Amino acid sequence: MPARVVVLGGGVGGTLAANLLSKQLGRDAQVTVVDPTGIHVYQPGFLYLALGKAHAQWLARDERTLLRKDVELAVEAAERIEPDEGVVRLARGGSLPFDYLVLATGARLVPEQVPGMVESAHSFYSLEGALRLREALRRFQGGRILLGIAGIPYKCPPAPVEFVFMVEEYLRKRGVRDRSEVTLLSPLNRAFTIESASKVVQPIMEQRGIGLTTFFNVEEVDPSTGVVTSLEGEKAEFDLLVLVPPHRGQRVIEESGLGDVGGWVPTNRSTLQHQGHERIFAIGDATNLPISKSGSTAHFEAPVVASRIASLIRGTEPRAAYQGRVMCFLETGGGKATALRFDYEHPPTPPQPNRFWHAAKWIFNRIYWVTVPQGRIPEPHSKRGANHEHDDGADA
Amino acid sequence: MSTTMALTLDLKGLSCPLPIVKTAKAIKELQPGDLVEVLATDPGSVPDFRAWARSTGNELVEHANLDGVFRFVIRKR
Repeated sequence: MPARVVVLGGGVGGTLAANLLSKQLGRDAQVTVVDPTGIHVYQPGFLYLALGKAHAQWLARDERTLLRKDVELAVEAAERIEPDEGVVRLARGGSLPFDYLVLATGARLVPEQVPGMVESAHSFYSLEGALRLREALRRFQGGRILLGIAGIPYKCPPAPVEFVFMVEEYLRKRGVRDRSEVTLLSPLNRAFTIESASKVVQPIMEQRGIGLTTFFNVEEVDPSTGVVTSLEGEKAEFDLLVLVPPHRGQRVIEESGLGDVGGWVPTNRSTLQHQGHERIFAIGDATNLPISKSGSTAHFEAPVVASRIASLIRGTEPRAAYQGRVMCFLETGGGKATALRFDYEHPPTPPQPNRFWHAAKWIFNRIYWVTVPQGRIPEPHSKRGANHEHDDGADA
Repeated sequence: MSTTMALTLDLKGLSCPLPIVKTAKAIKELQPGDLVEVLATDPGSVPDFRAWARSTGNELVEHANLDGVFRFVIRKR
């Protein structure tokens, strides 16, 4: 009888892990992806959508079209996981037994945790949010735009900095820049958590007249006065407020007792196994690992999980290990971008923003659908460290 | 002024900026003059706590590195 592998979540990590498992194991496994919508969303596109640079229809595809034929897809919400019995209970009453389970359930946005946020702040962390922000920006005739962070951790750490760069450029093109202020409210004393990246972006922010308010952790918003208050007790007035909403793990993780206080899965940093359950693995935003919540993290973790599960099913020693590798593009506007490539041991050394990385990001946005979910981009973790040195030569 | 800790925050294993954010959140509930002890493992937390204390007016009374665990004592403004 083939081994039963259930993958919860049809995002980057879940889809790639399912495809790799099916490819590596063939008839030795039956792989089932469970996803509540059956729609695969390319979330990095939200930022471009909000700024009128992408169309919503580019950003979503039928999950079925991204999965290998022999992978089953259940368009269902998982309601509860019984780790000891090895069963996933589905919301509509069915259940799926598993020998191995992959939690690729992503993050849940909880803007309602911040008083005033739902009524008065914009956000580009969902399709609807990005569309709403796009319309607000189209109507914007000048004033103060603030970008604040209302919870940590959040997906795509470069996104707030990218947003202020891109919106500043957008306002110039619209001819309303001279009547506008753009300010980033940062939780730290710098623009970006990673110091080396801050050193690259802060001088550009200064040049472009983008404000930076430090140690401003958003606590609440007063919709009637247009004032946002920080945990540190400071206040800032806005005409248009964009907030990164607080994130949590998914309910099914919390309600099954598989998460920590934030609902994140306690995960072994190199084997990606659940710390309390050998047969359960986690990928991507769902984990509690102290690294970026980003599609690239999931993309680099999925082959490790697939390879380890395949070894376990075949009865061989699992060897693949995740090294903490992440790769993020960071758009700075004006057709330029930089790139952050790092892992557990090596902090990033981002190059000065240039046209090469902007072009690379655009190409990636376009080829994503026919490469990443299928595993057609080669695994990078075999030559760790090597590509930190040589590819800065790609600077155009 | 008291010398006993009003609160100890164990933030070991968390990466920046979470230690700062959790401390900022916790300190709101305390009285001015209260001491809070923070334990963290992120090496970046040392410069971050120094800068945070300067910026917010809370006093960084002491900090020490105990075998890779950074211990900070902060007095609420």
